[in-house]
Parts: sequence; C-alpha cells; structure tokens
Amino acid sequence: MQYMLLIYSNDPPDHASLPPEQRFAPWMAYSKALREAGAMVGASKLADAATTSTLRLRDGARQVQDGPYAVSKEELGGYYIIEAPDLDTALDWAARCPAAAYGAIEVRPLDAM
Amino acid sequence: MTPCDAGAAVERVARTAYGRLLAWLAARSRDVAAAEDALGDAFAAALRRWPADGVPDRPEAWLLTAARHRLADRARHGQVHAAAAATLLELAEARAAPVPDFPDERLALLFVCAHPAIDAGAHTPLMLQTVLGLDAARIGAVFLVSPATMGQRLARAKAKIRTAGIRFAVPEPEALPQRLPAVLAAVYAAFSAGWDDGDGIAARRGGLVEEAIFLARLLVAQLPEAAEARGLLSLMLLAASRHPARRDAGGGFVPLSAQDPTLWIAPMIDEGLGQLARAATAQAPGRFQLEAAIQAVHSMRPTDWYEIALLYEGLLAFAPTLGVRVGRAAAVGEALGAAEGLALLDGLDGAQAYQPYWAVRAHLLAFLGQDAPEAARRAIALSQDRAVRDWLAARYRIA
Repeated sequence: MQYMLLIYSNDPPDHASLPPEQRFAPWMAYSKALREAGAMVGASKLADAATTSTLRLRDGARQVQDGPYAVSKEELGGYYIIEAPDLDTALDWAARCPAAAYGAIEVRPLDAM
Repeated sequence: MTPCDAGAAVERVARTAYGRLLAWLAARSRDVAAAEDALGDAFAAALRRWPADGVPDRPEAWLLTAARHRLADRARHGQVHAAAAATLLELAEARAAPVPDFPDERLALLFVCAHPAIDAGAHTPLMLQTVLGLDAARIGAVFLVSPATMGQRLARAKAKIRTAGIRFAVPEPEALPQRLPAVLAAVYAAFSAGWDDGDGIAARRGGLVEEAIFLARLLVAQLPEAAEARGLLSLMLLAASRHPARRDAGGGFVPLSAQDPTLWIAPMIDEGLGQLARAATAQAPGRFQLEAAIQAVHSMRPTDWYEIALLYEGLLAFAPTLGVRVGRAAAVGEALGAAEGLALLDGLDGAQAYQPYWAVRAHLLAFLGQDAPEAARRAIALSQDRAVRDWLAARYRIA
C-alpha cells in the first residue's frame, strides 16, 4: 500500500538561529532512511501556507479563497508518499519523522483505485 | 442424521469456534466485514448440507474451507484489499490441504479491535462482535444505543481496518506496553457493562460478565508473561465471585459489608487469588493487579480496611481517577476514622455528579452520628439501579 504522511508543523523553537546544515540534517537523515528501506515513493516540502489558494465548486460556480483550507495552529508544510505493507508500518515511519516531535503527522492511505 | 442433529452441530461449532474461525479469515483477508460475510455463508451452507451429507469429521476445517472459497471469489472480483488478494487466491488453490490445525489468531484480532487508529468507543463492541460473535442488536442493548446506531459504529470501524490497512499481528514485545492497556480496558469495559446493571438492563446484559472473563482467559493463555492481563482476570473473577450475594431473596440490594460470605463462589475466589499471586511474581505492578488486590482483601472477613487504604494509595499512582480517589476516601474513613475520610472527600473537585461520592459522604457522616439527608438524596438521585435507590432510601429514612 501507499501512504501519504502529511506534515503539520511550524518551525521548532530556536530553528532560525541554527545554521542551515543543522536545520536540515534530521530531514536528510529521515529521507535517507526511507530511501534505503525502499519505502520512499515521493516527497516535497510545500511553500508557505500564505501562498495557498483553496477552491470550491458550489452549484457550478467557483469559489476561490486565499489561504489554506484547514484553519489550525500548525500549517501543512510538506509531505512524504511512502510504500508500507500496513498502517502500523506507516505509523512507525511517521513517528520517526523529525516534525512528529513538535508538530503532527497525518497518515492517510492513498486510494488504490 | 436428522436436520435437528445437524443444526445442533452447527450451533455447537458456532459457539466454540466462531472467534477462532473469524480471526483466521480476517487475518488473511485483512477485512473483518468480508471475513464475517464469508463465514456467515459457510454456516448457511453447513445448515443446508450437513443434514443430508452428515456432519463432517472436522466441522471447523469444513467451515474454514467453505469460507475461504467465498473469500477467494471476492478476491477474483476485486472486492478485497489488493494486498490480501494474492494470499486469498493462493489459499483457495491449496484445497488439498484444508488447514489441519489452523492457528489461533484471536489475540491478533483483539489487538486490531483495540488499535489506536480505531475510535475508542468501538473497541469493546468490535471485540464482542468479532471474537464472541455477538450481534449488533445485543451489543447495542449493552451500550444503550439502538441496533442501527451500533451497526453503523461497527461498520465504520471495519471500514477503517480495511481501508487504512491495519496490521493483523500481535505487537512486538517492545510495543506491548503501549498497546496492551487499550485491549485490557476494552475487556474491562465489557465486564463493567455486564456488572453495573441498572433497571431492566440486567436481563439484556446477561452473560457479559462471563464473556469478559472468557476474553481475559484468552489473553492470559496467549500472553502468560503479561502481569496486568492476569491482574485483570483476577479482578473480574474476585468481583464476580460475589454475584450470588449481591441481592437478597426479594431482589433487594445487599452491600458488600452485609453479604453472606457462604454465598460467594469459592472456586472463583481461589482462582482469582491464584492468578493474582502468579501476576505478582513478575514484579510489574499495575492498575488491575492493585484493584484485584483490593478485591482479594474484600474476600476475607473481617475486612482489613487499613490494608485496603494502603492499596488505594498505591493504586492512585497508576490511576488517579475520581473513582479511585473516592474509594480511597471510603477506605481511609473506615481505617482511620470517618473525619479523615470526609477530609479527603472535601478535597475532591468535579465529584458533584458522581454517585459513589455522595454515597460515601452519607455513610461517613452517619458514622459520625450526623444527619446526612442532602448527601443521601443526591446519592439516590444519581443511582441507576432501583434496588440501590430503595436500599439508600430505607437506610437514611428518606421517603
């Protein structure tokens, strides 16, 4: 099965004061672990939530709204698509994601259709 | 072979093997609902065929073979989880070997039912339905919701198991401490639902205490090292041993302190004490072992309230719940004096709607020779059980 790990987090405290290599090291290590396990399907960091638009179609008419769909304290900051035999394995990977410690990871199965 | 004999044979297998058959099928299809349908069809086929063909030598294996062919049909039509389809088709091919002693996967099924990704309100109902074969109407009656509502709740949980791809396996030993408490809590919830029977609910809940004890025995047999599983089994055995003494001949409520110990079921007490002793050898105390220890002290007369107060002290560290705090106040009130117990009650927040809080308060005030009409009235108003209401009204002389 394929699962999408959606990363809801803002930058952790003291993030900005760290040199870039320290900021990104946990993410590089995590991505490397996924690749080496053969579980990585795809991943991307998303641009700031402020750049998001949300579209709805109501009675055939488009409603486009500036900003993300869900209003929450954390914003959707990126995702991984991974290959895992079951939800429990996907949850194990989610728990290893650096942002799990200060944000939230949503685990959603991809529709097999 | 008369149809009647064959029908009885089907019923016997359903009673003794339903959970094992379903667990095996669900673990391979990763789909509880599909496994239930297939097994239901297999039982229906047995009712048609056994009266004519005779009951097979190994009825469980016959049912399993019939059910996995049904599942393979679904796999061919793309109606099962993609990851499970290959397994199911392989199994159907292997018809020459009809699984001589199929492994017992009920433990894995219990962990699926109490999986953290499933709504906690569905844990106990799922266990009752899948492992014990209870129908949604009966489970709904236990939890005081309509059969339709319970059916929807169960269907949602099964859809989640299938779509999210929950693993059918007993968690690794290092993950057990995280996963086992939810399983134990769900089993205990079944027991409590069977035990706290209010007006007119008793009959509909009949047997649930036994079902919960059955589940706990299953856990202990398969996880012999899990001290808390033994603690839970011990707790339920010790509590249930007093069942025959809880009501008098007229159906009136008999409080524990007034029960006739000769009515208690001695073998259940012995077994409960034995399980607790074995649990203690692991030196891994926990909530259920401490609650069982409190029940163990209650199984002896005269009651050692000082010991019970000490055990509540220990229990607070594991389960700082309102129920435990009120229980501790009651024990301290008996062991050290009513004033000390009342002081502990006075320090509790958020107990206004909790019946035992008012019952204990009335009891301790009466102990001090004080009138307690307000506490007694509240305890009566919050009682779900008519026998308890009548007993409180008589004791505190409230009309």
